[in-house]
Amino acid sequence: MEIKWYIDLAVALFSIGVIGVLTRRNAIIIFMCIELMLNAVNLLLVAFSKMHAAAEVGSISPSVVSDGQLFVFFIMVVAAAEVSVGLAIIVMMYRNTHSTDVNFLNRLKH
Amino acid sequence: MRTDRDIMNAIILTAIWGVVMMLAGAFIQNKRIPKYLAISGILLILVANCWELYTGQTLFSVDLKDMIHLNSFNLAFISIALICTLMYFLLSGRDFEKVGTHVAEYFALIFFILCGVSLVATFNTLLILFLGIEIMSIPLYILTGSDKRNLKSNEAALKYFLMGSFSTGIMLMGIVLIYGGNSSASFYLNQIHLGVGKMPVMIAAGLVLLMISMSFKVSAAPFHFWTPDVYDGAPTVFTAYMASVVKVAGFFAFMRLFENAFGTIQPQWQNLVVIITAATLVIGNFTAVFQQSVKRMLAYSSIAQAGFMMLAIFAMNLAAKEGLVLYAAAYSLASIGIFAILIKMKDYTISGFNGLAKEQPVLAFAATVFLLSLTGIPLTAGFQAKFYMLLAAINTHHFVWLVILAVGCAAISAYYYFRVIQAIYFKESTDTEPHIWDVTLAFKFLLLLLVAVIIILGVKPELIIDWLHYFPLP
Repeated sequence: MEIKWYIDLAVALFSIGVIGVLTRRNAIIIFMCIELMLNAVNLLLVAFSKMHAAAEVGSISPSVVSDGQLFVFFIMVVAAAEVSVGLAIIVMMYRNTHSTDVNFLNRLKH
Repeated sequence: MRTDRDIMNAIILTAIWGVVMMLAGAFIQNKRIPKYLAISGILLILVANCWELYTGQTLFSVDLKDMIHLNSFNLAFISIALICTLMYFLLSGRDFEKVGTHVAEYFALIFFILCGVSLVATFNTLLILFLGIEIMSIPLYILTGSDKRNLKSNEAALKYFLMGSFSTGIMLMGIVLIYGGNSSASFYLNQIHLGVGKMPVMIAAGLVLLMISMSFKVSAAPFHFWTPDVYDGAPTVFTAYMASVVKVAGFFAFMRLFENAFGTIQPQWQNLVVIITAATLVIGNFTAVFQQSVKRMLAYSSIAQAGFMMLAIFAMNLAAKEGLVLYAAAYSLASIGIFAILIKMKDYTISGFNGLAKEQPVLAFAATVFLLSLTGIPLTAGFQAKFYMLLAAINTHHFVWLVILAVGCAAISAYYYFRVIQAIYFKESTDTEPHIWDVTLAFKFLLLLLVAVIIILGVKPELIIDWLHYFPLP
């Protein structure tokens, strides 16, 4: 398949994520949208990695194939660390306010 | 002799010491020991880092595939970050106990942040940039929300976390587009093929996304809106660290990224930086004027200072690079000092400072010097830092109006900093209760030491500038 389709799909997913972050008011849904953004990036990384590998058949060095795919693992690990911290923060807020609505927070402004 | 198999002491030692602090938290019940353990850890890392700077020798040997690039410039910057952290621990270490019971863990998280700072100061690939930024940010989310019962702290943590991971997503998209757009299929900064003439669309989009996400991290306008709420809501001890070392490390990373990866095509993105710089300067300074709380005023003033540091990214020449490190030192030390005093105050509003000079002359004097340094009055480090920034910007011979704007904004900043000084010296306190929680003699002594450092740097900035070029490592 052409690389174009992968780019279109990843950009679409990423845009859905960005729009979700900017418009939704529930902290958990915002968080899911951020994960969606990260996963769009993962998809695109793998696709580009394949694309570069296909372009360099013959003079191939192993790092060209693996660099992009290795990056995906790092993103996954960091995203997992972020989830653990982020959910803890959301739970902490829920305990104090019994709500995960971020609009509630704006009322606290002085 | 240095080979490419070496790794920097600071990265590994900070991570190890973070784990040590966590274990100390599990096994040591005494509240005081973690502070001394943390201070000795910082001293150890500082010595190891300086040893590496002067001799080029390291304790560890790992094949890094050149993913981390070392020179005396980076190592000197890390040393400055370590010295600032040391001063911060010495001045505010005891105030960690006020936030919560997990004192050792707070220190551990700060060591992990330092690990991230060392990574973003030395990265040579976009992968390490991403990891460094994340290692720096994630512990900060926790520290921001560490005052668990306080709703403002919760709000700040959630806001910081959502904004931070959002900007991480944007940064990753930028990295991927650059990876896809350049034919070398490499994440190494110096191997990114930018093409000749006009940039390929994907690289241009990636560059803009990277710039947006870095502006988020350093709170440059128009991506600054999270800063006041987060700085205001976080426990004041941790705001001090956030507004000083972490912020300047973000700028150092910004500088490294755009210098090494996109330095050759600077004219194509310079306009964008000019807009960000001008907006940051104006918004930061004008909104700071209207604040009544000193903590919130310092949050806005940190945006204003970010505008000055953006001048270095705009200019991107030798004076800018040297000036950024000098600015980092001057700004961090003054911020840590003024926040250390603010933590001791009972009332954070400007009128809470009324008549401080009569009650605590030493603290009043120190606060005045820190505020003068932040304003950029001659004889303080802040003046030299601002001078270097303006010099670098003038040397580019473009956008002279930006320099004039910066000077005008510095004049505005005098207004809101001097309001605090005025309250300290020229206003009478209405209530009879003392303003200050108890301060020790050692605290006053350390404040005076910090004042001395700021004045010495203001008279002889060469001390830092020469250090940067002391020993050119390969």
